[in-house]
Amino acid sequence: MFLDILLVLDSTLRISAPLILACLAGLFAERSGVFDIGLEGKMLAAAFAAAATAAVTGSAWLGLVAALGASVFLAMVHGFACITQRGNQIVSGVAINFIAAGATALLGQAWFGQGGRTPSLSGAAKFQDIRLPGAESLAQLPVAGPIWAELISGHKLLVYLAFLAAPASWWVLHRTRFGMRLRAVGENPAAVDTAGISVAWLRYRALIVCGLLCGLSGAYLSTAQGAGFIPNMSAGKGFIALAALIFAKWRPIQALLACLLFGFLDAVAIRLQGFDWFGLGELPSQAVQALPYLLTVILLAGFIGRAVAPRAGGVPYVKER
Amino acid sequence: MLRKLMAALAAALIGGAAAAAEIKPAVVYDLGGKFDKSFNEAAWMGAERFKADTGIDYRDFEIQNDAQREQALRRFAQQGYNPIIAIGFSQAAAVEKVAAEFPEVNFGIVDMVVDLPNVRSILFREHEGSFLVGVMAAMASKTGKVGFVGGMDIPLIRRFACGYLGGVRYVNPKAEVFQQMTGDTGAAWNDPAKGAEIARSQIDRGADVIYHAAGGTGVGVLQAAAEAGVLGIGVDSNQNGLHPGHVLTSMLKRVDQAVYKAFEDAMKGQFTAGIYVLGLKEDGVGYAMDENNAPLVTPEMKAAVEAAADKIRSGEIVVHDYMSDMSCPY
Repeated sequence: MFLDILLVLDSTLRISAPLILACLAGLFAERSGVFDIGLEGKMLAAAFAAAATAAVTGSAWLGLVAALGASVFLAMVHGFACITQRGNQIVSGVAINFIAAGATALLGQAWFGQGGRTPSLSGAAKFQDIRLPGAESLAQLPVAGPIWAELISGHKLLVYLAFLAAPASWWVLHRTRFGMRLRAVGENPAAVDTAGISVAWLRYRALIVCGLLCGLSGAYLSTAQGAGFIPNMSAGKGFIALAALIFAKWRPIQALLACLLFGFLDAVAIRLQGFDWFGLGELPSQAVQALPYLLTVILLAGFIGRAVAPRAGGVPYVKER
Repeated sequence: MLRKLMAALAAALIGGAAAAAEIKPAVVYDLGGKFDKSFNEAAWMGAERFKADTGIDYRDFEIQNDAQREQALRRFAQQGYNPIIAIGFSQAAAVEKVAAEFPEVNFGIVDMVVDLPNVRSILFREHEGSFLVGVMAAMASKTGKVGFVGGMDIPLIRRFACGYLGGVRYVNPKAEVFQQMTGDTGAAWNDPAKGAEIARSQIDRGADVIYHAAGGTGVGVLQAAAEAGVLGIGVDSNQNGLHPGHVLTSMLKRVDQAVYKAFEDAMKGQFTAGIYVLGLKEDGVGYAMDENNAPLVTPEMKAAVEAAADKIRSGEIVVHDYMSDMSCPY
C-alpha cells in the first residue's frame, strides 16, 4: 500500500513537470500583461526541434538548445505581433498554435518521412534518469529509504529543473528589480512608462523567459519523458497549464501546487482504472478519467474564489492617443 | 496459325491494358496518417504492393481532421476513382453518405459495416489474433502478470482486450491481467506520454509482458516496456523492429491483404459488396515472427501458439467476440 502510494506520487512528478514549466512560462508572459494562448504551440515546436536535433546529432543537449531556440523564436513572433504591432494577443496565440501543429508535422514528414514522427531516440540522444547519491544504499531504511530511492531519485534532469523553477520564479518576481517592474507593467504600464522604463522592452524580456520555459517543457516531452516526436504530442498540455495558471491566480508557488494537483489526479486516474472496488466491480474508465476535470470544477467553484487576471493583461500599451 | 496466335496475344494484351487502365483505385487513411507504423501503414503497404505487382498507380489521402473524410471521399468519387477504400471505423458515416451519392462507384470500408449495395465492409477477427499473442504473453511471463493498454475506449478495442485475456487464461488460468484504456476521445490514439505512464504503472504492479492496441500511443507503451527491461507486444503492423529484443511479437491485422484484394477484385471486374470477415482461417490476422523476436520465442512457445492457431482454425477453440454481446466471459 505504502509502495503503491509512492509509485502514484512518482508518476505525479513525471506528469506534472511539463505542466509546471509551461504554467510558469504563461505566468511570466501574463504577469507582464501579454496573454499567451500559444503555450501549446511553443511546447510542440520545442518538442519537435529537440527531437529532430537530437535524432540528427545524437545529443540531447543540442536538442535542448534547439528547443529553446524554436520556442523563443515563436515567443518573439508573438511579441512582435502584440507588443510592437499591438495586435490581438489571443489571435496571435491561436495562430502560433496552428503554425506549430502544421509546421512540425510537415517538416517532420519532409525530413524523416515517417508521417511527421522523428526516429526513436536512445542513448545520449535522450535525457537519462539521474540516480541521486545513496539511492541504493539508503533504500533499505524504513519509510525514508523508499521515499528517497523511489520518489526523489531517478528522475530526468528536467523534472528537477521544473521543481526548482517555481521558487526561482517567485524569487525573480518578488525580490528582483526586473520582477517587480514586470509585475507593475502587467498592472499599470502607464506608471512604469512614466518612471522612464520601456514597457515594450520589459514585455519582450518577459516573453523571452516565457519562451525559454516553454522550450524546456517541450524538450522534456520528446527527449526525456518520451523518446521521439509524434505529431500533436503536446495533447492539450499547454491549455491545461493555462487552466492551472488561473487556478493558481498567477502566483508561482500556487502554480506549482496546481500543476502537482492536476498531475496527481491524472496519475490516480491511471492507477484506479481497472481497480476492483472491494468486490463492487470496476469503476468505468470514463468516470475515472473525468475525475480530474470534475474536481477542477468543484475546486474552482467552491474553494479558490475569484481569480483576477493582471489588470493590463490583453491590452496593448499605447503611449499616447 | 502464327498470325492468329499473334492477333490473339495482341488482343489479350490490349484487352488487359484496357481493363487495367479502367481502374483508378484510391485509399483514404484515418487520422494518424499513413506512416503510423501500425494500422494505416498496413493499408499503405497493401496499396504499394498492388502498385508494384500490377503497375497500376493509386491515389491516397491523409485526413487532418474529421471534416475532411467526406470531402476526400467525394472528391475521389467525382474524379472517377474506383474503388475507393476508406480505412478505419470513423469513416463509416462519410462512406455511407458518399456511397449513396455515387451508386456506380465501388467503396470499401475497413473495421465497420456500411450496408449499401456498392460498399464492401471488411472486418477482422482481432480477437483471434489477440488470443494467440495472449498465449505467447502468458508463456513468456515470469510473474504471471501481464498488461493490456488500449487506445480509445470503444467496443472494437475491448474486443482486442477480451481475446488477449482469453489467450492468457487459456495457458495460465490464474494469470492476472491489467487492462487499461488511454482515454475516451480521439486524442487517446496519439498520446505516447500517457501510454508510457500507463505501461509503467502496470510494470510497477508486476506486469512483465504488455500488449497495446493504441495506435501512436502504443509507441510510448513499447518504449516504456523496453526501458524497464520487460516485453511489449505490437499491434496491426509488424512492430518487432521498434525495440529489437524487447517486443515479443506483434498481432498482425492484414489490412494490407484486404486493400490488395479489393484492388485486385476491382481490376478483374469481380468487386463484390457485402461483409467480409477475415479471421485466422483467412489469414486476415496472425502474429509476427522475424529475426528481431526470434531469440525471445522458445520452441515450446512456438509449438503452443501454433497448436492454438490450428484449434481456432478448425473451430475447436471459439474465441469469444466482445462485440457480439458486449461482455467478456474470460
